[in-house]
Amino acid sequence: MPDLIEDDPRIIEFDVRTDEMLVNMGPQHPSTHGVLRLVLRTDGEIVSETEPHIGYLHRCAEKIGENLTPRQWIPYTDRLDYLAAMNMNLGWALTVEKLMRHEVGEKARHLRVLIAELNRISSHLVGMGAYGLDLGTFSPFLYAFRERERILDLFEEACGARLTYSYITVGGATADLPPGWLQRCEAFLDQFEPIIKEYHALLTTNAIFVKRTAGIGVLSRAMAIDYGCSGPVLRGSGVDQDLRRDGESLYTGMYDGYAFEVAVQKEGRYPRDHSYPTVPSEAVLGDCWHRFFVRMLEVVQSMDLVRQAIDRYAACPEPLPEPLKLFEKLPVGDAYLETEAPKGQMGFYVVGNGTSIPWRVRARSSSFSNLSVTHELCRGCLIADVPAIVGSLDIVMGEIDR
Amino acid sequence: MVEFLIGLGLPGWVAWSIAALVAAVLLLNVIAGGALVFIWAERKIAARIQDRLGPTRTGGRFGWLQSLADGIKLLAKEDLMPEGADGLLFRLAPYVSFCASFCAFIALPFAFDVVGQRLNVGVFFVVAVLGLEVFGVILAGYASASKWSLFGAMREAAQVVSYEVPLGMCVVVPVMLAGTMDLVTIGEKQAGWMSSWFLFHDPFTFIIFWVYVTCAVASVNRAPFDLAEAESELVAGFHTEYSGLRWSFFFMAEYGSMFLVSGLAAVLFLGGWNGPVPVARLLGFSDGTGESAAYVVRLLGLANLMGKATLGVLFMMWIRWTLPRLRIDQVMTTCLKYCTPIAAVMFAGAMFWQLFLPGGLFPGWGRPAGEIREGWLEGPGGLPAAASPAEDRSSTVTGGEPFERTGLATRSPR
Repeated sequence: MPDLIEDDPRIIEFDVRTDEMLVNMGPQHPSTHGVLRLVLRTDGEIVSETEPHIGYLHRCAEKIGENLTPRQWIPYTDRLDYLAAMNMNLGWALTVEKLMRHEVGEKARHLRVLIAELNRISSHLVGMGAYGLDLGTFSPFLYAFRERERILDLFEEACGARLTYSYITVGGATADLPPGWLQRCEAFLDQFEPIIKEYHALLTTNAIFVKRTAGIGVLSRAMAIDYGCSGPVLRGSGVDQDLRRDGESLYTGMYDGYAFEVAVQKEGRYPRDHSYPTVPSEAVLGDCWHRFFVRMLEVVQSMDLVRQAIDRYAACPEPLPEPLKLFEKLPVGDAYLETEAPKGQMGFYVVGNGTSIPWRVRARSSSFSNLSVTHELCRGCLIADVPAIVGSLDIVMGEIDR
Repeated sequence: MVEFLIGLGLPGWVAWSIAALVAAVLLLNVIAGGALVFIWAERKIAARIQDRLGPTRTGGRFGWLQSLADGIKLLAKEDLMPEGADGLLFRLAPYVSFCASFCAFIALPFAFDVVGQRLNVGVFFVVAVLGLEVFGVILAGYASASKWSLFGAMREAAQVVSYEVPLGMCVVVPVMLAGTMDLVTIGEKQAGWMSSWFLFHDPFTFIIFWVYVTCAVASVNRAPFDLAEAESELVAGFHTEYSGLRWSFFFMAEYGSMFLVSGLAAVLFLGGWNGPVPVARLLGFSDGTGESAAYVVRLLGLANLMGKATLGVLFMMWIRWTLPRLRIDQVMTTCLKYCTPIAAVMFAGAMFWQLFLPGGLFPGWGRPAGEIREGWLEGPGGLPAAASPAEDRSSTVTGGEPFERTGLATRSPR
């Protein structure tokens, strides 16, 4: 049979072939999580190509960091992943401490675990709520925000800010926790724990939710590693990696003595025997459902860690150390440290040249790598799946564009 | 009313036009006023479901003037039309939607004989005219010169062919049970205690009611079937480019149709204007009590039907604020692969039930005896009864002698 010629009038198939359409999804689209722009090439509802365009939120944060002292740059790290500003503060503070070979005391260590894990909960709550929004259900978003508000209240008490905290800083934290804070934090956790069941009922086990996420956007283990994905995206694909356990000793030392299990997804299994819902039979390892479920598991895990940290922090008698001076001189040399932020590995690089202002500052964000898999995942999916897939990656544009 | 006007010396066509105009204005107010109330209710209900307060300021404590204020805002908005839009179709589309939703109300009875125009093909008319609403959506999507709108329109087109099939099969079952397509007669057939509602007629009608609910939600584009506007995917779908008053017409059409499909569900399955308890009968209104009693009974029926339809609307709101949205292929699967076969099987089941168990499992129990119907209005003291061929047909279907003897509510449609 000869090759088909496209303008052969006998072949009716070519006559009814539909045109491809190029659609701009964003940067003002309601479900691209900020100012992401996705260029979709679609044939009807079927997406053949997705190309993310970034840069709408670029603020030269890294360059600014080369003109400020490390402590002055802390507020800029707030604006990287603005949903987990504490974790950003922590990553930068630890990197600079690594360069300066400075060690904070026990009390500051436990305080940092406490605050960072609490922020992880609030970040995952937003991720969960916004994911529901992407799938067309509005209420879980507000439920998540209701709980997040209480975490923000706690943070506000500790540092005065509700979103950009600048709390954890080089050499410790800006202030100690106010009296009674630990009790209020525990009260929140006690109230929050049973509510997670509601989220599972509304989203995780909801039949429509499972239909929309299970088996959609399957990211294979190999692909996840190839693209440098990290955090829940990586663990949702079944890679057993969590920097809190596998990272540099400087970072893992922070979690010394803490008991937690990495929320890695396995085929149809999950880490601990708990009251978690069972994995639906349609779900495939590495799909949107598993990425979502990892976050839900990590919320529980972080709650556990916060409880442990509260006990340890309360048991430390010494006062919280004063943070380093604003214009502390940096030694000559460089340091790179990756920490496990809620969205994935957050790496900071700093080069000191003997002055108090670093010569080079760089950040490596997890969302950037995680976003890069969209064109692989969205190939051949429907338009409705694009928000479902991008939402499951849980990206934050502030971190990608820096 | 027509007779009165003709009696005043007006020519017949003027009298008929005035009567029609009055009915139309009354109905329009039901839709527009109803939409205002429902939009406010939706905001309050959504807020309560989501642990918020909703509107609290406009118009006193409960913000009940909020939708009116919104309406004024929409009126005052700039009239925008995108460049490259098909002007005529773009302007036309909201009115097509609204008119379809509005026209369908003409045949919907609000109480016994309280109906814009009683039609012997009422069910058919309502479903057919409601189907026209889709054209407004498709026109809007096509004429907007926006790719997102076009996606919305295409989805709507795909959706309409999916849900219309099972929807049609669902409404056929009560028609079969009642033996008529006249909505007034269908409602009247369910008079008596709650057990005589078609919902509880047999297990098949009970299941098919839920199929109807699914398809009805799909037909009014409400979540989880709101794919044509799918906010998180298509920005706002077919009405992305609409603003101001035109947009509000789409909105009113949506709320109007919500009320309509709920009202239709009430008439077809939930006993129409007959309450769960035959209050009128228990209060002692019986044949020949007179015009004023008839009026009271109709008001009661009106409240009944409005209550049921409102409950239906509230149910849809509840679903909307709870469930995520389906994907377009899943909507089509749900409607064509699940609802259609279920509806077909239930239709056959209801048919055989009618054949072999016409009186129900316990004959004589729960079926309305003739004297407790509210259809006594047709009697000597009420409105003149008139025989119609529909009655003969229906009487062969449902057994029980007193039922036919007293005569069904089959006053011929003018």
